[in-house]
Amino acid sequence: MSDNNVIASRSLGARFCRSGLALTAASIAGIMILAAIFAPWLASQNPFDPAALDLSNSLIPPAWAPGGDARFLLGTDDQGRDVLSALLYGSRISLMVGGAAVLFAAVIGVAVGLVAGYAGGWIDALAMRLADVQLTIPAILIALMVDALAHAVLPPARHEAVAIYVLIFSIGIADWPQYARVVRAATAVQKTLGYVQAARVMGVRAPAIVLRHILPNVLSSVLVLVTLGLALAIIAEATLSFLGVGMPPTAPSLGTLIRIGNNFLFSGEWWITLFPALTLVILALAVNMLGDWLRDALNPKLK
Amino acid sequence: MRIFAQGLIAAVAVLCVTASVPAKAENVLRWASQGDAMTMDPHAQNEGQTRAFAQQVEEPLVSRRPDLTKVPSLAVSWRQVDPKTWEFKLRQGVRFHDGKPFSADDVVFSFKRAMMPTSDFKEIVGTIADVVAVDAATVRITTKAPDPILLDAVYNVFIMSKAWAAEHGVNTPQDYGGGQETYAVRHANGTGPFILETRDPDVRTVMVKNPNWWGLKDNPHNVDRIIYTPVKNPATRVAALLSGELDFLLDPPLQDLARIESSGQFQIQRAPAVWTIFLGMNTGSKELASSSVKGKNPFADIRVRKAMNMAVDVNAITQRIMRGLAQPAGTIVPPGVQGYDKSLDVHLPFDADGAKKLLVEAGYPNGFDVRLDCPNDRYLNDEPICQAVVGMLARIGVKVTLDLKPRTIHLPKLQAKKTDFYMLGWGSDTMDAHNHLSFMASPTSIWNETGYVDQKLFDLINGMESEIDMAKRDGMIKEASLRLREAYSYVPLYHPMLAWATRKGVTVPMVPDNLPYFSYVRFAP
Amino acid sequence: MVRHFLRRLLQAAAVMVLAAAISFLLFNYVGDPVSNMVGQEATQEAREALRERLGLNDSFLVQFARFAGHAVTGDFGISYRLQRPVADLIAERLPATLELVFASAVLAISLGVGLGIFTAIRRGSWVSRLILAVSLLGVSLPTFVIGIGLIYIFAVTLGWLPSFGRGDVVHLGWWSSGLVTASGLKAIILPAITLALFQMTFILRLVRAEMLEVLGADYIRTARAMGLSEAMINFKYALKNTALPVITIIGLKLGELIAFSIVTETVFQWPGMGFLFIQAVSFADIPIMAAYLLMVAFVFVAINLAVDLLYVVLDPRLRHGESSS
Repeated sequence: MSDNNVIASRSLGARFCRSGLALTAASIAGIMILAAIFAPWLASQNPFDPAALDLSNSLIPPAWAPGGDARFLLGTDDQGRDVLSALLYGSRISLMVGGAAVLFAAVIGVAVGLVAGYAGGWIDALAMRLADVQLTIPAILIALMVDALAHAVLPPARHEAVAIYVLIFSIGIADWPQYARVVRAATAVQKTLGYVQAARVMGVRAPAIVLRHILPNVLSSVLVLVTLGLALAIIAEATLSFLGVGMPPTAPSLGTLIRIGNNFLFSGEWWITLFPALTLVILALAVNMLGDWLRDALNPKLK
Repeated sequence: MRIFAQGLIAAVAVLCVTASVPAKAENVLRWASQGDAMTMDPHAQNEGQTRAFAQQVEEPLVSRRPDLTKVPSLAVSWRQVDPKTWEFKLRQGVRFHDGKPFSADDVVFSFKRAMMPTSDFKEIVGTIADVVAVDAATVRITTKAPDPILLDAVYNVFIMSKAWAAEHGVNTPQDYGGGQETYAVRHANGTGPFILETRDPDVRTVMVKNPNWWGLKDNPHNVDRIIYTPVKNPATRVAALLSGELDFLLDPPLQDLARIESSGQFQIQRAPAVWTIFLGMNTGSKELASSSVKGKNPFADIRVRKAMNMAVDVNAITQRIMRGLAQPAGTIVPPGVQGYDKSLDVHLPFDADGAKKLLVEAGYPNGFDVRLDCPNDRYLNDEPICQAVVGMLARIGVKVTLDLKPRTIHLPKLQAKKTDFYMLGWGSDTMDAHNHLSFMASPTSIWNETGYVDQKLFDLINGMESEIDMAKRDGMIKEASLRLREAYSYVPLYHPMLAWATRKGVTVPMVPDNLPYFSYVRFAP
Repeated sequence: MVRHFLRRLLQAAAVMVLAAAISFLLFNYVGDPVSNMVGQEATQEAREALRERLGLNDSFLVQFARFAGHAVTGDFGISYRLQRPVADLIAERLPATLELVFASAVLAISLGVGLGIFTAIRRGSWVSRLILAVSLLGVSLPTFVIGIGLIYIFAVTLGWLPSFGRGDVVHLGWWSSGLVTASGLKAIILPAITLALFQMTFILRLVRAEMLEVLGADYIRTARAMGLSEAMINFKYALKNTALPVITIIGLKLGELIAFSIVTETVFQWPGMGFLFIQAVSFADIPIMAAYLLMVAFVFVAINLAVDLLYVVLDPRLRHGESSS
C-alpha cells in the first residue's frame, strides 16, 4: 500500500493533467468553491439579512424568462430573495459545513489512528473497539440524532446561532472512525518498517516519529478519504437541512433552499427549487469524480 | 428460489383479488389538509380542524347548513319561555352509533360536560346557568342573564351519549393542556351522518356512512366512506391531488391554484372566510421574556405597538404571499359577522419611516429584539407570512427570532401565556362580533394573550351579552371594536379567502367557516 | 470462533448500554416528565408528589435501572403529542418501515450485485462505462432529490404511481401489510426505488471493485491457464471469494437503508418509524425520540451480529479459530 502510494504520488500531477474528466471535475469544483468563498462580493444581495428582502420583488422568474428582471439573474423566491445570491451564500454554508465536518472527522480520526497504531496494546484495542461500536450505527443517523436533539431542545434564537456548529460537530463526530481505522492500519505497517525502527533506535521521541515520519506517509490515504468524505458530508448536510434539523430558513444552505423551493415545484415557479438542486448535485458530482479519480490514481490495482 | 418466487406471486395475486374487490362500488371521499384534528373528544379543543371532524360524527341541538344558516338538528324546535329560559324539543327515535337511544339525559350530560373546567368550550357556554331535562323529549336551558345569541352557543355543544361516556370513563373532557389520554381521544360515539371507524392520528382517519342516520330522508347523501390523510408538505398535497389520489383538498396551496384548475380535472371554489389572521403583542408583562430589553416591556408603550402596525405591509402580504386571495385587515372582526363595520377595517398605512420615528420617540432608537411564535401547519402560508413579517420589522430595527411550531405545540403555548408576540387566527363560532371581541379582548379569555386591560372595553363586551336591542348592541360592538383597534394591541393582517379544490364529479358545498359538512357531499352517478 | 463471537456480543451489549444511557438522559432530564404530565396550574406540592411517585427523587442508578427495566419490557412512556403509549406507536409504524426497507434491500442488492458483476466481467464495454458513469451520478444525488424528482415525473406528470402514503393495508394480526394489496404495491414502488438507488450504486461499485481484485489474483489466472470455462471462473471462484467483504458491507448498507428511510418516509409521507421520528423532532416529543434511539440501536446491533455469524459460517479461517482482525 505504502509503496504504491509513493509511486503514485510522484506521477500524480502528470496523470491528473492527462485525465480530462478529472480536470473538468476539478475546475467545476474549483469554480464553485471560489464562488462560494467570494459570495459576499459576488452576490447582489445578502440573503441572510431579513431587512434586505423586499416582498414586492418576490417570485420573479429568471432574467431570460418572460417577466424576468435583469437584477435577478436566476429569479427570486417567495420572500423576494435573489436566487443567485441565495445559491452563492447557500453553497458557502454547504461547503463550509461539509469541509469543516470532514476536517473535524479527519483530525480526530487521524489522531486516534496514529496513537492507536503506534502505541498498540490496550490503547489500540480500546480505540478500535470504540470505532467498532460507533460504526454499528450509520453516520447519517448519528448526525441526525445530534441535530434532532439540538433542534428539539434549544430555544429557537439559540439554535439559529449555533445551528452551523451543531451540524459540523454532528457530521464530523459521525465520521471519525473511518479515518481512525485506515490510519491505524497504515501506521501499524509503517511502524515495522526499517526507517522507523532506525529512528527509534536513534532515540527520536515517539511524538516526533509519528508526526515527522509516519504521518506524511499515511496522508495520501487520508486525502482520498477526505475527498470522498467531502461529497458525502455535503449531501449529509443537505439531507439534514432538508429534514428541517439543519440550517434554519434565516441562513439557508442548499438543502434548506431545496426544502423551501419544494413548495413551488408544481406552481410554475420551478427556479426556486431547480437551481439549488442542480447546484447541489453538480457540486457533489464534481467532488465525487475528483475523489474517485484520486482513489484510482493512488491505488492502481483498481485501474 | 424460482419456486419460492412463483409461490409468492401466486399468494400476492390471491390476496390482491380478495382484498381489492369490494362488495359493490363504494363512493369513497378521500380528502386531505395540512394538519390533523387534535382530539376526537368533542369538548376538549375548540379548534377548527378538530370541529371539522366532530361535526361529521356528532351533532348539536341546532346545526348549520353549508351557508351557515341555522337548522334544527337534534332539537326539532325551540322557543324562548322567558328572557332567560329556552326550551328545546328533541328529535325522537334517534340512536347513537352504538345503538343506544338518544334522550334528554344525553343533552343535559353533554352541556354539563362542556361547562367543566377541562372543556375548551366553557367560555362559549359561559352564559348558561343550568340545563335540565323536563321530560325525555324536552330540555330547558336557563341563562345567567338574557342571552341574545344563546343558539350560537348551543351550536357549539356536540351531544355525546351519557351511557357511553360512563362506560369508557370519559365523563369529563380530556385535559388537553395537561397531556391526558382518554378513550375519547381516539373513539367517538355520536348520532351524526358518519361513524368513526378508525382513528390513527397523523396517518389516517376513516369514517363510514351511518345507515341509520335520521337525516338521510331529507339529505340523502351518497358518501359511503371518508378517508382523511393529513399531508403537511404543500407540494406533496398538490401532487396527491393532481395524481388522482384525493377527491377533496381543503387547503390547496395558493401558488398551485392555477395549475390545479388548468389540469381540467378539478374545480376550485373560492369564498371569503369569516376569519381574521393577526399578530398579538404581550402588553401586560413587566418585561418580555424573549427580549434582551430588561426592566420594561416595549409592547406596553402604545407608540411601539402603533409602529409595529405601521411597519407591517399588509398589502404586500395579501398580494404577494396570499396571491390576492385575502383582504387586508384593519380589525380582528371579519366581514360577514353581525356587527362588522367596514370603516374600521382599514389597516394603518404602511410607513416604515413613520414607524421608526415612533420607536425613537418611545425610546428605542435601535429597536429591540423579541421572539415571534408562529404556527407552521395552521393557516395557509403561515410560515412564509411570519418570515415576511420578520423582514418588515427588521427594517425598523426590531429584530425578530421566529419560533415556528406545529399547531399542537403553538396553540397550547399561547394558552399557557408563554408568548410575547404571536400569530393567531380567529374564525367565528357564532357569526357574531361579540364572539371575536370577547375571545380576543376580554382579559379573562384563554385565547387573549395580549394582557391588554381596558375596563371600559370589558364592560362593553359584557354588556353585549345581555343587550336584546340589536341596534343598541351594534353600537356597543362598534364602540368596542374601535377601542380595541386604537389600542393597537394586535396587528391585524388579513381576512383570508377560502379555496377548496375538488375532483370533478364530486360536489362539496363550500362552508365559509372552512369546516366542511360531508353529509352535503354528492358523488355524480 | 467462540471467542470472536463472544467479543462481538460484548460489543453489542456496550452499544445497547450506551444507547440506553443516552436515551435515559434524554427521557429523564431533557423531557422534564413532570411539567409534561401535570397541568400548568399544578401546585408545587402536586409536582413534588408526582416526582416522588414517578421515582424522580431516587438515585441516578436506581432510576436508570428502572428505565432499562421498562425499556426491556417495551414500556417507553407516553408520547407528549399523540398521548398514546410510545410502544404502541412504534409497533404500529414498524411494519411500514420494515416493508419499505425490505423492498429497497431486494432492489438494491439484486441490481447492485448483478450490475456490479456485469461491469467487472465486461470491463471495457460501453454499457459498463455507461453504468459506471450513471452510478457516479447515483452517489451524488441526495435521496430527497431523487424522491422529489420521481414524484414529479411518475406521480404528477405521468400520473402512474401514487405520490404519498402506503395505499390500502391489510391487517394480519398486529402486522399491517401494504404488500398484499394492489394499491399498497403501487404505493411502495417510488419510495423503494428512491431508498434503493443510493445504496444500489454503492453496492454496484463495491462488487465491481472486489470482483476486479479477485479476477486479477493468481489463482484465477491459474484457473484460466488450466482451461476452465470463463463462466466457471467468474461464478464459481471469483464470485465466491467476493462474497465475504460484500456480505459485510451489505449488512452495513441494510442499516443505512433504515437510516435513510427517515428521509424517504418524509418525502413520501410514508407512515413508518422514520416519519414518526421526524415529526417527534418538530414537536420535541422526547419519549418517542428516546424510544426510537433505543430501537434503532437494537436493530443495528442485531444486524451486525447476524453479519458476524454469516461471516463465521462463510470464512473457514474464522471457523477454525484463527482470528484475523
